[in-house]
Amino acid sequence: MSLLVTKDLVKWFGETHAVDHVNFTVKESEVLALIGSNGAGKTTLVNLISGLFRPDEGQIIFRDADVTHQSVHGRIKAGIARSFQLVNLFDQLTALDNVALTIFSRESKIANLVTLAASDSAVWDEAHQILKLFGLEPKARMLAGGVSQGERKLLDVAVAYALRPKLLFLDEPTSGVSTREKAPIMDTVTSVVRSTGISAAIIEHDMDVVFNYSDRIVAMHQGAILADGTPDEIRRNETVTTTLIGTTETR
Amino acid sequence: MSVAPPGPRPAVSSARALRMAAPIAVALALVPLVLPPYSSILLAYGLVMAIGALGFNLLLGYTGLLSFGHSAYFGVGAYAVALMVKYLKVTSMELFLVGAIVASIMITALFGVVCVRYTTIFFGILTLALSQVLWSLAFKFFWVTGGTDGLRVPTPSLFGGLVTGAGDKITFMSHAYYYYVLIMFCLCVALMWVIVNSPFGMALQAIRDNETRARFVGVRIWPYRWVAFLVSGVFTGLAGALWVPLNGLTTPDIMHWTFSGEIVFMTVLGGFRSFAGPIVGAVVFNYLKTYAVGYTVYWQLLLGVVLVALVLSLPTGIVGTAGRLLARFQGRS
Repeated sequence: MSLLVTKDLVKWFGETHAVDHVNFTVKESEVLALIGSNGAGKTTLVNLISGLFRPDEGQIIFRDADVTHQSVHGRIKAGIARSFQLVNLFDQLTALDNVALTIFSRESKIANLVTLAASDSAVWDEAHQILKLFGLEPKARMLAGGVSQGERKLLDVAVAYALRPKLLFLDEPTSGVSTREKAPIMDTVTSVVRSTGISAAIIEHDMDVVFNYSDRIVAMHQGAILADGTPDEIRRNETVTTTLIGTTETR
Repeated sequence: MSVAPPGPRPAVSSARALRMAAPIAVALALVPLVLPPYSSILLAYGLVMAIGALGFNLLLGYTGLLSFGHSAYFGVGAYAVALMVKYLKVTSMELFLVGAIVASIMITALFGVVCVRYTTIFFGILTLALSQVLWSLAFKFFWVTGGTDGLRVPTPSLFGGLVTGAGDKITFMSHAYYYYVLIMFCLCVALMWVIVNSPFGMALQAIRDNETRARFVGVRIWPYRWVAFLVSGVFTGLAGALWVPLNGLTTPDIMHWTFSGEIVFMTVLGGFRSFAGPIVGAVVFNYLKTYAVGYTVYWQLLLGVVLVALVLSLPTGIVGTAGRLLARFQGRS
């Protein structure tokens, strides 16, 4: 069953069709990889779905409701969350605060200015649990700006996960980390996602990561969807192999 | 390894903060009993400015917005009191405070709508420009505001008329009014502590650190900035209302942008990355300015040199530097 459907989604930047009539779906409880060379339109597509950009044409249907014109806030409430290609954290807050703040927001307690945040033990307990889930509990009291790049990537995902989304977009969760760190990060992320039944759409350039961790792969090229299938189908797809994977593997 | 900085939660728990603040509050309460009246009155000025700086720092330190227009809200508080005296013949300090708060809410709510959509230099310039509008109104509408002559404010009655200013004004200001200011100061510090350590305070710090990510965890940027602007302005307006009976007179000078600069300076001097920084900065700045004025006619030059030297030698402010030295000392022992 489809959780998210985009219908003929279009986004222009000047004369460039960044996203060109894209019909994209994400099913319930699947881990989907979105691949394509730089400029293929992957991040723009995620920006459109998450509300950072407004589409020029088309519709975004999430859980049978049209969210095309909803605000970022509305989409988060509906269940769409995301992480960012360049890690986006609150660097002067601790790792624990980053997660707790998100829980306060999710629980609609964030506007409260007359109660000490520290007094809400349920929020802090949950924040500790989430950090533990992502293996970040030992870093709870460290500033987010002071942990390693791999840990920042995980914390970025943990913050998005704390929103308890139905659909989680992860924009290059392993970019900028060493090859050795990629597998542990993806193991952690996918085990959390699969154990909670969240759907995840992962933008990724590393083909080992893509083929090892995804249920389905969508390949994009020049703003349009080039192919859509299981990892085996994509591996056998000659168009994808010649257009994308060859170039991606040489990166 | 980076750990949480001193000041904002959760590095200092509320219980620990209370343990640190209680002896200071007791010491401040003893000041009129052990020091001459002049010292008490001088400290009262410092505490009043500390309330204003505390409000200002909610924007600078916690929300990441540098306002160059806080003289406007200080002036609104002061003029609200002076106009209540002139037109309503009010003498109750409690009514002064209510009037100043209402006036500050109206002005900051309006200015906030205009300013909070912008950040960085654009925000700073807008706040400066709007404060200059108020300054010019106070300057030109002399039949209402008294122009450069200003408006006089007599000694108010305190605590619903239980304490009146009949008798020696110096004694009243250095004792009864000093304690009134001290109580208001303690209430404002406690209230600001709760605000910056509330979920709302966390949201402001999130906006300061990363506006885009704050949006994507569900924080509505403009409404939160607007509320921060409002609270900040009301604190500064309250400071203006407490200041004007001490001074006995309000003139357009306190709405001029140079007075906004003083509020910025005292906050930076104390350290805007710590909760106590603006308080310490305001009190120290007040002493420095007073003694510089008394020492030489070239007091602005002297004050400027001293302040530049202090800021250069203490880039994280007095409190930030003290915290770092204390941490180093504790690390050695």
